Amino acid sequence: MEQILQTIIIGLSNGLIFALVALGYTLVYGIIELINFAHGDLFMLGSFIAFVLISSVFVITADTPLTLMVAQIALIIAITMIATAAINLSIERVAYKPLRNAPKLAPLISAIGMSFVLQNIALLIFGPANKSVNAILPSVNILSAVGITGVTISAEQVFVAIVTIPLLIALTWFVNKTRQGRAMRATAQDPDTAGLMGVNVDRTIAITFLIGGALAGAAGVVQILYNNTSVWNLGFRFGLNAFTSAVLGGIGNLQGAVLGALVLGLINAFSDRYLAANWTNAIVFAVLIGILVFKPTGLLGQQLADRA
Amino acid sequence: MALLEIRDIHTYYGAIHALRGVTMSVEEGEIVTLIGSNGAGKSTTLRTISGLLRPRQGEIHLRGKRIDGLRPHEIVELGVCQSPEGRRVFARMTVHENLEMGAFSRREKVPTADYDRVYDLFPRLRERTAQRAGTLSGGEQQMLAIGRALMSAPKVLLLDEPSMGLAPILVEQIFTIIKTINESGTTVLLVEQNALMALGIANRGYILQSGEIVLTDTAAVLAGNEAVQRAYLGGD
Ligand SMILES: Nc1ncnc2c1ncn2[C@@H]1O[C@H](COP(=O)(O)OP(=O)(O)O)[C@@H](O)[C@H]1O
Ligand SMILES: [Mg+2]
Repeated sequence: MEQILQTIIIGLSNGLIFALVALGYTLVYGIIELINFAHGDLFMLGSFIAFVLISSVFVITADTPLTLMVAQIALIIAITMIATAAINLSIERVAYKPLRNAPKLAPLISAIGMSFVLQNIALLIFGPANKSVNAILPSVNILSAVGITGVTISAEQVFVAIVTIPLLIALTWFVNKTRQGRAMRATAQDPDTAGLMGVNVDRTIAITFLIGGALAGAAGVVQILYNNTSVWNLGFRFGLNAFTSAVLGGIGNLQGAVLGALVLGLINAFSDRYLAANWTNAIVFAVLIGILVFKPTGLLGQQLADRA
Repeated sequence: MALLEIRDIHTYYGAIHALRGVTMSVEEGEIVTLIGSNGAGKSTTLRTISGLLRPRQGEIHLRGKRIDGLRPHEIVELGVCQSPEGRRVFARMTVHENLEMGAFSRREKVPTADYDRVYDLFPRLRERTAQRAGTLSGGEQQMLAIGRALMSAPKVLLLDEPSMGLAPILVEQIFTIIKTINESGTTVLLVEQNALMALGIANRGYILQSGEIVLTDTAAVLAGNEAVQRAYLGGD
């Protein structure tokens, strides 16, 4: 029982990270019907940017005083988010925008190309081996502090929740309550008509990439502080999981992506624990294929995406 | 100076030459109708005016200011708003949210009176403010599409086949409302296949055939023209 609880906690932590990446897939698909294959790799770059900042720029160690560490981590998150947002915006400009009116296959192939480009940039700069940072977050069990034993919630897992949950809430607020969010929803439903109503469609698409990129950057920071390591092809595993999350929830559907990500996080944790870690990717693939065959609209339906 | 002036525009879809030199003008306060059979290029004309398509040749002027080459959102801000063919309401938004989208181009706070004006024109919409637009009937969606365009407070309202697919009694109602909208000061460019009804409320009309204007005159003269009657009014 305790083992199962523990696995659930690990699964939900994974799931929150997947959610940040899955939202990038789902936002972009919702608005231009493109599966942005490069998105997982952008997340990978984000975790490398955080790696450089942690190990070489701010040189955070486990001995750094807590308040300083919190400030530095907040700064690292901000810098990484800005960097990945800018990269994603550039990718949109260079690789997708020129193909806006081309057949759907063209930007898809361009996205696969961008994926290779980003992976090779990481290979070139960081080499093929894993890059690790020392665990810097204090290794305490939050639950033992309140007298619960047998199950652990680590400071790292709390950190994952503290970063991801406010971002998820902020995104929901942005999309539902702001003028720009309204422009995004209108563009997702019908870009031409959104334009006829005065929405600057090009800018709205750019902002969507900006937001997706920023979330991937935040996920990258959380990832490296949680798992303490990154590698050039990390985007494949996370991308597969995040994309499957988005499809599971109903691609284009924001709440669906978060729900799907939590489910995928749990699937990963249980597979790692009770089957074998090297089967996990295969299982995730099977889930993806299963959804595509039996329920292609996902659990919550394709909200942003479907058109009148 | 005409409010809206279109000079010799040529628009293409790839290699397809859809508009072959369309010239027309709309004076302030008029209802002008553009009539033509299916595939003549009526929607292409409106899409070109709204900036969704760029003419390869020719010019479009709004009160003397050149607007061809501007992007759709810039053209709405200048006061040209379109209710597109097939209604194209935002199906997942409510009726009221659709109207809010209609007012998107206005930076100022939109007075409630503007929403009331639309709801007064279309009382059916007032009963359904919180309903998803996708669940409205065809006629209600058409009302919403017109109301949404009105929310931008346009100088020129472009209407693409507002009678399409509606029951005759609704068609009558919609045309009466278009007349009312015009009488309260909005200039209208009305695209229709239903030539009889359109000429009934318009001041002037243009006949479009295969991407070219083949005839233009006052609505009354066009309605009495034998060739027009044969081709578009179903008379013989
Ligand atoms: N997206 C498109 N791609 C290619 N050809 C088009 C497209 N839309 C319209 N056309 C062609 O352009 C011509 C004019 O179409 P349209 O303006 O829609 O006519 P109308 O509104 O008068 O029925 C037609 O021959 C039509 O087949
Ligand atoms: Mg048409």
